Amino acid sequence: MSENFIEIKNISKHFGDVKAVDNVSFSIRQGEFFSLLGPSGCGKTTLLRLLAGFEAPNQGEIFIDGTDVTSMSPNLRPTNMVFQNYAIFPHINVKRNIEFGMRKEKLSKQELDNRAQEVLSLVKLEGYEERFSNQLSGGQRQRIALARALIKRPKVLLLDEPLGALDKKLRDEMQIELRNLQKAVGITFVFVTHDQGESISMSDRVAVMNEGKIQQISDPHDLYYNPHNIFVSDFIGTTNFLSAKTGVKNGDNIMVQIESIGEFSIENKLNLPENSNDVVCSIRPEAIELSTNPIEKGDIILEGEIENSSYYGELTSFYIKVEGADKPLIASSQRFDNNSFQDKKCYLAINFEDINLLKKE
Amino acid sequence: MAFPLQGFSTEHYEDMWNSPKLFDALWNSVYVGVVSSLIATMLAFFAAKAFTKYKFWGQPLSYGAILTPFLIPEIILAIALLVIWVQMGLPLGLTPIIIGHILFCTPFCMIILIARMEGFDRNLEEASQDLGEGALMTFFRVTFPILLPGLIASFLLGFIISFDEFLLAMFLQGSDQTLPIYMWGQLRFARRLPHVLALGAVIIVATSLVVMLAYWLRNLGQPQDKKDVAFKI
Repeated sequence: MSENFIEIKNISKHFGDVKAVDNVSFSIRQGEFFSLLGPSGCGKTTLLRLLAGFEAPNQGEIFIDGTDVTSMSPNLRPTNMVFQNYAIFPHINVKRNIEFGMRKEKLSKQELDNRAQEVLSLVKLEGYEERFSNQLSGGQRQRIALARALIKRPKVLLLDEPLGALDKKLRDEMQIELRNLQKAVGITFVFVTHDQGESISMSDRVAVMNEGKIQQISDPHDLYYNPHNIFVSDFIGTTNFLSAKTGVKNGDNIMVQIESIGEFSIENKLNLPENSNDVVCSIRPEAIELSTNPIEKGDIILEGEIENSSYYGELTSFYIKVEGADKPLIASSQRFDNNSFQDKKCYLAINFEDINLLKKE
Repeated sequence: MAFPLQGFSTEHYEDMWNSPKLFDALWNSVYVGVVSSLIATMLAFFAAKAFTKYKFWGQPLSYGAILTPFLIPEIILAIALLVIWVQMGLPLGLTPIIIGHILFCTPFCMIILIARMEGFDRNLEEASQDLGEGALMTFFRVTFPILLPGLIASFLLGFIISFDEFLLAMFLQGSDQTLPIYMWGQLRFARRLPHVLALGAVIIVATSLVVMLAYWLRNLGQPQDKKDVAFKI
């Protein structure tokens, strides 16, 4: 497997004054499920369209499998795309939609039929050959769009928020199916989404984008537990941000002081400077241990008062006021719910390893 | 002829068949209608494509310029064209009529096509390119077949407008008459009146049919929610 199957080098794309993609460089591995994640307007779709060839970059180069495709038109690139609205041709039936891209391959009718059957069974839509786009549901249209792209056996499949238009249940099913499909065909997938849960559950690696720049490229676990900056930490899941001050370094660790919580030594993963006011600590709600009784074990032990709670079924979020803190801490728990804290008093424990030190922006 | 009309007769319709000059005029009208509407539809398609696909400098100005022949009084257009044509020293006849009709039909065709193409999903063209087709084959395999009902509707409407048009044809005619001019000429002879009225009846029926056909085609293939309400009986 090639580490640099897709290479994006110093790519920029401007629309007027807007820098949609701003000097971005990274590589995608062969056979990888790679997600581009970010809020709307972050440049992720533009980057995908640059890969497909629908946009020309103002600057930079794109290589796919060693070939410079920067100025290659979309019809010549070894990429195929699943569009957000699927773009199924309305004037021809499913079979002819699927075979649309095969004209230049000059296959015999038998071979073409076999290839079409192959992809139709891959997306589990055998028997739909004669249907038209308006006779298909959203999920079926999406499968046809996938089949139409996969029959070309592209080196890279580009997916532009393909699950956005589906309802929750179908979306969850399709997430698993897409993942299985990708493993089965072994094609490199580049998947654009604004849904952090979707990207984390499906991808081998995720690139988080904001304002045209890559914020972090990591595997889903690292993205969640070791965010590189406040944006990533905030965008992926929920988190508590606490303003802090750094003290002196001690090997890989650094002294950190959080007002009203205390002073302690934690790992300095991002190598932040000593004696700085420019830092924040991020603590995930589920990393905070909650109890109705005083807690004995834990690096930091606090007392608090429940201000509010939201029940989500599988867990409950608590908004907890801690003496001296400027805003409530969010802690989530599967064990407790709205009725667990009768006198509103609660006990909290936080471990040092669950505290991420980040630079203030 | 006298009012009130009495009885029923097909005699005057038969009479129509025996006027070679009428058939010459009919042929001229069909010829002018087909040629000018084909060209007008083509020009209108390019304009509609530009207006729906791109935002460019001078867009309102060019839109206005194309609509002008539709907005200014037809007689002024007719006189202006006559003056230009004669100034250039060119002979009058069917050619200037066709040019006049192209000018006059293009705005109508463009309005129809813009309405049709505003709902056109640009992703379809990109999907075709993505699947390996260049610009030309994308046009023939995707854009053209999807827009075909709209193009036919535009052509039919252009044809009807040209076929019925009187003033431009009146000013620019040489020795070749179109059907409306022929009918106008026949009105000088009281004896010929019934035969012109019969022709009028035929034209009204034929025109209505073509307009209904154009309307039906315009809606064909449109998503259900974009269809004209009037069409849902």
